Amino acid sequence: MEQPTLFTIAVFTENHIGLLNQLSIILTRRAINIESITASRCLIPEVHKITLTCYSDPVTIEKVVKQIEKKIDVLKAFFYTDDQIVYQEVALYKVPTSRLLDEQNLEEIIRRHSARILEITRDYTVVEKTGHIDETEALFEELKRYDLRQFVRSGRVAITKSPIEYVDRFLAEQEQRRQNLDRQ
Amino acid sequence: MDNKITGAEALIRGLIAEGVDTVFGYPGGAIMPVYDKLYDFSDTLNHILTRHEQGAIHAAEGFARVSKRTGVVIVTSGPAATNVMTGLSDATMDSTPLVVITGQVSASLLGSDAFQETDVVGITQPISKWAYQIRHAKDIAWAVSRAFFIANSGRPGPVVLDFAKNAQEEMIEFEPYHRCKFIRSYIPYPTVYESDLRRVADIINDSSRPMIISGHGVMIAGAEDQLATLAEKADIPVASTMLGLSTMPSDHPLFKGMVGMHGNIGPNYNTNRADLIVAIGMRFDDRVTGNTKLYAPQAKIVHIDIDESEFNKNIRAHATIHGDAREVLTRIIPLVREAKHTKWLKSFELPEAVEREKVTKDAVFRDDPQGLPCMGEVAYKVSMAAGHDSVLVTDVGQNQLLSVKHFKYTSPRSVITSGGLGTMGYGLPAAIGAKMAAPHRQVCFFTGDGGMQMTIQELGTIMQYQTAVKIIILNNNFLGNVRQWQVMFYNNRLSQTPMVNPDYPAIAKAYGIEAETVERREQLDAAIERMLKHNGAYILNVMVDENDMVFPMTPGGQAVDYILLNQNEVFDPSSKK
Ligand SMILES: Cc1cc2nc3c(=O)[nH]c(=O)nc-3n(C[C@H](O)[C@H](O)[C@H](O)COP(=O)(O)OP(=O)(O)OC[C@H]3O[C@@H](n4cnc5c(N)ncnc54)[C@H](O)[C@@H]3O)c2cc1C
Ligand SMILES: Cc1ncc(C[n+]2csc(CCOP(=O)(O)OP(=O)(O)O)c2C)c(N)n1
Repeated sequence: MEQPTLFTIAVFTENHIGLLNQLSIILTRRAINIESITASRCLIPEVHKITLTCYSDPVTIEKVVKQIEKKIDVLKAFFYTDDQIVYQEVALYKVPTSRLLDEQNLEEIIRRHSARILEITRDYTVVEKTGHIDETEALFEELKRYDLRQFVRSGRVAITKSPIEYVDRFLAEQEQRRQNLDRQ
Repeated sequence: MDNKITGAEALIRGLIAEGVDTVFGYPGGAIMPVYDKLYDFSDTLNHILTRHEQGAIHAAEGFARVSKRTGVVIVTSGPAATNVMTGLSDATMDSTPLVVITGQVSASLLGSDAFQETDVVGITQPISKWAYQIRHAKDIAWAVSRAFFIANSGRPGPVVLDFAKNAQEEMIEFEPYHRCKFIRSYIPYPTVYESDLRRVADIINDSSRPMIISGHGVMIAGAEDQLATLAEKADIPVASTMLGLSTMPSDHPLFKGMVGMHGNIGPNYNTNRADLIVAIGMRFDDRVTGNTKLYAPQAKIVHIDIDESEFNKNIRAHATIHGDAREVLTRIIPLVREAKHTKWLKSFELPEAVEREKVTKDAVFRDDPQGLPCMGEVAYKVSMAAGHDSVLVTDVGQNQLLSVKHFKYTSPRSVITSGGLGTMGYGLPAAIGAKMAAPHRQVCFFTGDGGMQMTIQELGTIMQYQTAVKIIILNNNFLGNVRQWQVMFYNNRLSQTPMVNPDYPAIAKAYGIEAETVERREQLDAAIERMLKHNGAYILNVMVDENDMVFPMTPGGQAVDYILLNQNEVFDPSSKK
């Protein structure tokens, strides 16, 4: 069997209740695990963008994305490999402040990883690192040695490199259709 | 004057504005405001009270399938909503347009495990085309108009409106209803590109052994005439899927029968000899393709479908046209050259002859007057006697496979059967719905003794509404189709397939339905004639040979041209028949 590839699926939807369920059941039926997921508004008013990542193969992912796009409330769905997008994730780490103070090289670690400190209290310190998964993972491995108390990583957010904005184009075509229907 | 109406009334006015005149349903607590309003509208809206919600939804499916209209179902919440799940899944599989309205607890109680609360939207999302919960009366017109638009445009399917009780009761301003024609996120009828048409026309013009497989989508599009025109112009043989049966009359010289596991030998064998398969409005179900790796190895595949997600789902296509079959066919006909494929068409004759000799003769034309009739024989005889334009409704199993095969079709929308889900118990209510939508057509319903009992309560509906369906029970005291598999693949171990049956004519009598039992071949013709002459519903309980098997058959996992003629013999075109 070929190695599974990590795909990023971007779904542009109307902002209706229950959309996430509609997407996730399509993946569940094919026993595809969602690695990460984020949802937010996007540039287009009233349009929501859901970005999720999962491992699959090109043939399956194409079928899945077509089935997602078939959902009535979905405007457009796309899938990408990493080379087609600019993407980012953010991770937060909570470490005991006392451990950090004891360490000589804390500053060095934070600098080396280009991380930021978000909050310091007597008790704990929250560190933030933005980057790709291997980068947030590398910091995780280092901070593990300092009694890391909590760790969390966001889903991926991604923007395409393509010069064509396909959703805009889709909406323009749909607007044309609507006007034609109105004229009939 | 106060111009306010309740949400319930807004729903009913919406239904009427959508042209609905018949709804199938069953009342209960969470939908009572709607039923109360229905009482005021009983002149305009004919409500059919089935005996079970599953009956209501299958009846609506039969209604929709025969008429192209949207079937409407109204039920209450909780157990009633869960009772329609089988029908929703069935309608999704078989692209059947329905609007199903389920009552729901008041919005303020949602999520609290209130009495008869079920997460209807959550359950139905995977088995419906669209599911929406109406929580406020102000959303009703919007939701209802979208529901009807979505259900019966593009690839049809069932839509669920989960109607919270408070929204049924709330008062809103009466406003004229507007039908929905456009949804920004939905393209029911995609633009068909000239370049795609030209490409496919070229492929057709270059082919020497082309075959069309006509599916349910041809009927949904109303493209039967265009199909015939294309086939005749380019001299292309046409086969159909099970749900595509009756897209071409059975006796059309270019019609070569059904493809698939229990299809005809000619089109199955020639699928793997063809150099081009033009698949129109069909989804390459596994019952059609057999082993996909061995499917049509010599052929280019052209796939015409309105649902893009069907392309390359099961079978890789060399060319696709995304669009409505009627538009596509209409526009491609002028691009296709007249042709003659005499030799290729002739190649169907040998398999046809073998099938006649080795399968059909035994299945339909036995002559022992004392013997038990066979299923195919009954179907054939009923079809011949019922004549032009009658509708075949089936249940699932051997009764289905043998009746779809031996019935003859003259006009479109003449086969109502559960294809994708294979729902036993579908037939009786679907026949009721079909007869209600097409009262002037003879509706002949074939069922097994197993399937009949799954929804037998709907005899009550027939009694109440005097629905004149002809019910033919092919009674073998067995779950025949499963028995066939046990005989063929499970060493004859008949685990839980023998079935003791009730006295069907006695049951019929209790419902005031005419009935008789046939036990010998010599009784059959006269009994069929009595059944068809009778004005009302009729049950013909035909005792059939329990050893009856459905052949030809391509066992699962085999190539479509590996065809069993009977348990011991594989179709071999080189051997003398
Ligand atoms: C016991 C049993 C045995 C069976 N054996 C067989 C068998 O031997 N052979 C067989 O064929 N079937 C068999 N079936 C049925 C089978 O499971 C499928 O239901 C059937 O093959 C589906 O046919 P279809 O693809 O034409 O229709 P559907 O499943 O209804 O698909 C319709 C297709 O048409 C498309 N469409 C809809 N509207 C349009 C439009 N306007 N324009 C263009 N396209 C459109 C849809 O997108 C879809 O792809 C069997 C079923 C049972 C229960
Ligand atoms: C609801 C449901 N349960 C089980 C099945 C599996 N099944 C398919 S055919 C069949 C036997 C049908 O027997 P009967 O109704 O007597 O018809 P026959 O095959 O004998 O014509 C069964 C159990 C099914 N298709 N649907």
